[in-house]
Amino acid sequence: MTALRGFIVKEVRHILRDRQTLWLILLLPLVLVILFGFAIRTDIRSIRVAFVDPSPSAASLSLQNRFEGTPTFRAAATVASTRALDPLFRSGAIDEAVVFPADFARGLGRGAGRLQILTDATDPNIGSTMTAYAEAVIQEWAAERIGSGAAGPGALVSVRTGPAVAPETRLRFNPTLASEDLFVPGLIALVLTIVSAVMTSITLTREKERGTMETLLVSPLRPWQILVGKVAPYLALGFVNLVTALAAARLIFSVPLRGSVPLLLVEGLLFLLVCTGLGVFISTRTDSQRAAMLASLAGLLLPTTVLSGMIFPISSMPAWLRPITYVIPARWFITIARGILLKGVGLEVLWPDTVVLALMATLLLAASTRLFKVRLT
Amino acid sequence: MTAAERGLRLRRWLRTVGFLVRKEFLQVFRDRVMMFEMIAIPIIQLLVLSNAATFEVHDSRVHVVDEARTAESRALVRRIGASRYFTVVSSDPSMAEAERDLATGRAAVIVRIPRRFTDRLAAGRPAPVQLVLDGVDGATAGVVRSYLGAIVEGYGAALEMRATPLAVRSRGLFNPTLDYKNFIVPGILVLLVTLIGTLITSMNIAREKEIGTLEQLNVTPLRKSEFVAGKLVPFWLIALAELTVGLVIARLVFALPMRGNLLLLFGAAGLYMVVALGVGLWISTVVQTQQQAMFLTFFVMMLYVFMSGFMTPVESMPGWAQALTELNPVRHFLLIMRGILLKGAGFADLWRPLAALGVMAVTVLTLALRQYSKTTG
Amino acid sequence: MSAGAQSRPGPAPHGPPARSGSGDGAAIEADGLTRRFGDFTAVDAISFRVERGEVFGFLGANGAGKTTAIRMLTGLLSPSAGDARVAGHDVYDEPEAIRRSIGYMSQRFSLYEDLRVRENIQLFGGIYGLPDRTIRERGDRLLTDLGLEHAAEELVASIPLGWRQKLAFSVATLHEPEILFLDEPTGGVDPITRRQFWEMIYRAADEGTTVFVTTHYMDEAEYCDRISIMVDGRIGAMGTPRQLREQYGVPSVDELFLRLVRPGSDARHPAAGPLDAGGMGGAA
Repeated sequence: MTALRGFIVKEVRHILRDRQTLWLILLLPLVLVILFGFAIRTDIRSIRVAFVDPSPSAASLSLQNRFEGTPTFRAAATVASTRALDPLFRSGAIDEAVVFPADFARGLGRGAGRLQILTDATDPNIGSTMTAYAEAVIQEWAAERIGSGAAGPGALVSVRTGPAVAPETRLRFNPTLASEDLFVPGLIALVLTIVSAVMTSITLTREKERGTMETLLVSPLRPWQILVGKVAPYLALGFVNLVTALAAARLIFSVPLRGSVPLLLVEGLLFLLVCTGLGVFISTRTDSQRAAMLASLAGLLLPTTVLSGMIFPISSMPAWLRPITYVIPARWFITIARGILLKGVGLEVLWPDTVVLALMATLLLAASTRLFKVRLT
Repeated sequence: MTAAERGLRLRRWLRTVGFLVRKEFLQVFRDRVMMFEMIAIPIIQLLVLSNAATFEVHDSRVHVVDEARTAESRALVRRIGASRYFTVVSSDPSMAEAERDLATGRAAVIVRIPRRFTDRLAAGRPAPVQLVLDGVDGATAGVVRSYLGAIVEGYGAALEMRATPLAVRSRGLFNPTLDYKNFIVPGILVLLVTLIGTLITSMNIAREKEIGTLEQLNVTPLRKSEFVAGKLVPFWLIALAELTVGLVIARLVFALPMRGNLLLLFGAAGLYMVVALGVGLWISTVVQTQQQAMFLTFFVMMLYVFMSGFMTPVESMPGWAQALTELNPVRHFLLIMRGILLKGAGFADLWRPLAALGVMAVTVLTLALRQYSKTTG
Repeated sequence: MSAGAQSRPGPAPHGPPARSGSGDGAAIEADGLTRRFGDFTAVDAISFRVERGEVFGFLGANGAGKTTAIRMLTGLLSPSAGDARVAGHDVYDEPEAIRRSIGYMSQRFSLYEDLRVRENIQLFGGIYGLPDRTIRERGDRLLTDLGLEHAAEELVASIPLGWRQKLAFSVATLHEPEILFLDEPTGGVDPITRRQFWEMIYRAADEGTTVFVTTHYMDEAEYCDRISIMVDGRIGAMGTPRQLREQYGVPSVDELFLRLVRPGSDARHPAAGPLDAGGMGGAA
């Protein structure tokens, strides 16, 4: 055991001596979390809208003012014909256009007003939301006009201003649909996955490349001890990353913390174990730092971003694909983190996810130890 | 210098670069593991992730709390169950049970029909229906709300006629099938090729530094421009080849539209790759070890993924963040890709992002050339 | 490596031939050349001169500053102070001209292990601007001379150390440079290979190439026209091997070296001898 302890001390010293890299490991994840926490919005904040109004009237201008008065919308342009819209849409200068027919005011007076909304649906998700927002603004405006009698003579007087059966919506756990609350835990999981896995895989393959791995193996240290010695310091660093990132989430972004902190930290440690285990496993399959980095960074970055549920809900994915998400460690930790932070639940709900993480950690580390021995003996 | 001398210089330059390019290709094609990673990773990820990235709602799990228990309320529940977007997982009339289902994730939304539902309808007063959504799944919460809202309102409208004075027609442009894949596939492809290209170039020079071969190059009369070209050209060719293969796959497997000028697309891609690889090259000249190269590359890749409009709209970011994205080559190239493929945009529509890429290419190459020095200290 | 190296068989010491051609300038001139790394002075104001066609041995213990000095002369490291001219060009002002005129073999193997032997030769031949045929012919000749022709198509990663050094030597001499810088070329190789190296060094010198070779094998000093011994960043002694042996009254350069670096009070005192200029001690 003293051999192991001495080895860990040597590894720690080694890491502490490389100041540059140490700062990078500690600060980079934090910088990313803070930067993206402030910068990324998953919802729609700003819709650039253009108006096509060949014969402006008090009515059409009133509606345009209503759009401008709505914070989500930004009036980008007013053009005379729909043809002028084409270059605006193609170059991405506008997101949406409201097209008034030439006889808008008259039609409205007769109770047969028409309007057309054109939306850039390249992103169909955002497209339908933008359409819904625009429709809502228009209908609100129309309802008010009728209510106030401004529609003109001949308009129907007794028109219900709203649906008979009205949905009232409440949102649990995230009443304001605050982006950060959802996004930041996912971001933390992603960053931790990459940093832990890549760091460990590079460290081990670097020893292989330099040939110092052989020296280690002829020492009295057993292979599992070498692994523990290599992994432990990075586990500790990862934990520091976790704590600082969570602190930032709490203090800077006011992400709620409705559940148990110790549980969250323990789960975090388990998650880090899985990620470092992943890194070790990758290093047993590659011989060069280059290949290790390709496998870990290129192999994990996009799949974790897309398949972990941090942005795209797993419930939205096709059924055949959902099992594939099971292999992404971050997927489980995101469920756990969101559960503890936002829903305030504990192990009684989260035990399946915890078990999965524990299984992954065991599997990866056991496989790595076995492969470690095989490759080098 | 006479024209003949200039011609001779150029031929010498090309010959030297040719030798360097040949060397890189030999090294790349001999590394089996790397070849496999460079081919397999993008293809697999392109196929899997394109299917996974979506915000669609299907079989969203509903827990219905029917406190009215009348014919009308049951009719509404049947409507909800009949929709292809929703599955009723529980009709337990206890609200507490429903809240628990929401917390455990067994249900994604609660529909509560209050006791006096039918009474209010009969009295001609608005009859509210309560929807409680799991806000943690924020991305779909909005979609779920609008779908459920439509079902509920549709039910109400079926009960009685409602006149609106204003008919609004909506049309989504550029994505008639409203397929999210059209939006996300170009992004995934670009990011995959960028990731691999940037990783390989950023580690390349760092690796030569680490193993010492850079020194041997530095004592030769090799010019900086020859060196940089020798590093860029091979990976530029490989990256463009990967992009082409990716586009072919996207066309065949996902029926990705290709409305615009493909020649323009490849021209833009060539320009973009110079920037992306140039950034990798610059990273490589700044760091000392491959490990440091990895960190910087990771940071840059995160910026590419999250601050480029790949998944989340740039227009929703705070102003300072939007300004920052102007420095992000992926942002500009995505605009160009989506513009050409989905909108049929041409040079006149896209000159601004093209110009941005041009400026970046020149800047990045200048920086890399400036940074690379044969003499230390 | 016993004392009495005079009696060893092998190539006779070589004297500088008369060389036709450009001017009187020395091949290498260093004047107060210094390099500091923070507080540590690795090379402390060394001055020397190497004539064209000489085989100059740059001796010293490991860590004495030999590699740092050679890196400054080859343009890899910029000096902290002092001047140097290589092949008539100033190291500060004309580094590229220097690079055209020199060949370099570094102490640490610095060629491409994932390329074949012949591919390495082709690459550097191309970089030095040699025509294809020249690359082929000279490459073949070098490989034959060094006994490597059977390994021409092997990946460098799979050939033993001695062969790799031979390859590095080939690459350094491929373009027939004016000056050859060899940093510990015989480190870790067997005696036969060592002799082959020195035969090639002599052949190059015969053709007018100046050879600047560093080594910590003191017996190789006997093979050089002139030598200098670096101790703690300074030049402790310089001259022909014979001159130095007579001057210090030692039977071999090996003995002389031990005397110069012996720990204890002796090392701190100036040695008795007219050639000793600046004392022995240096920065710790």
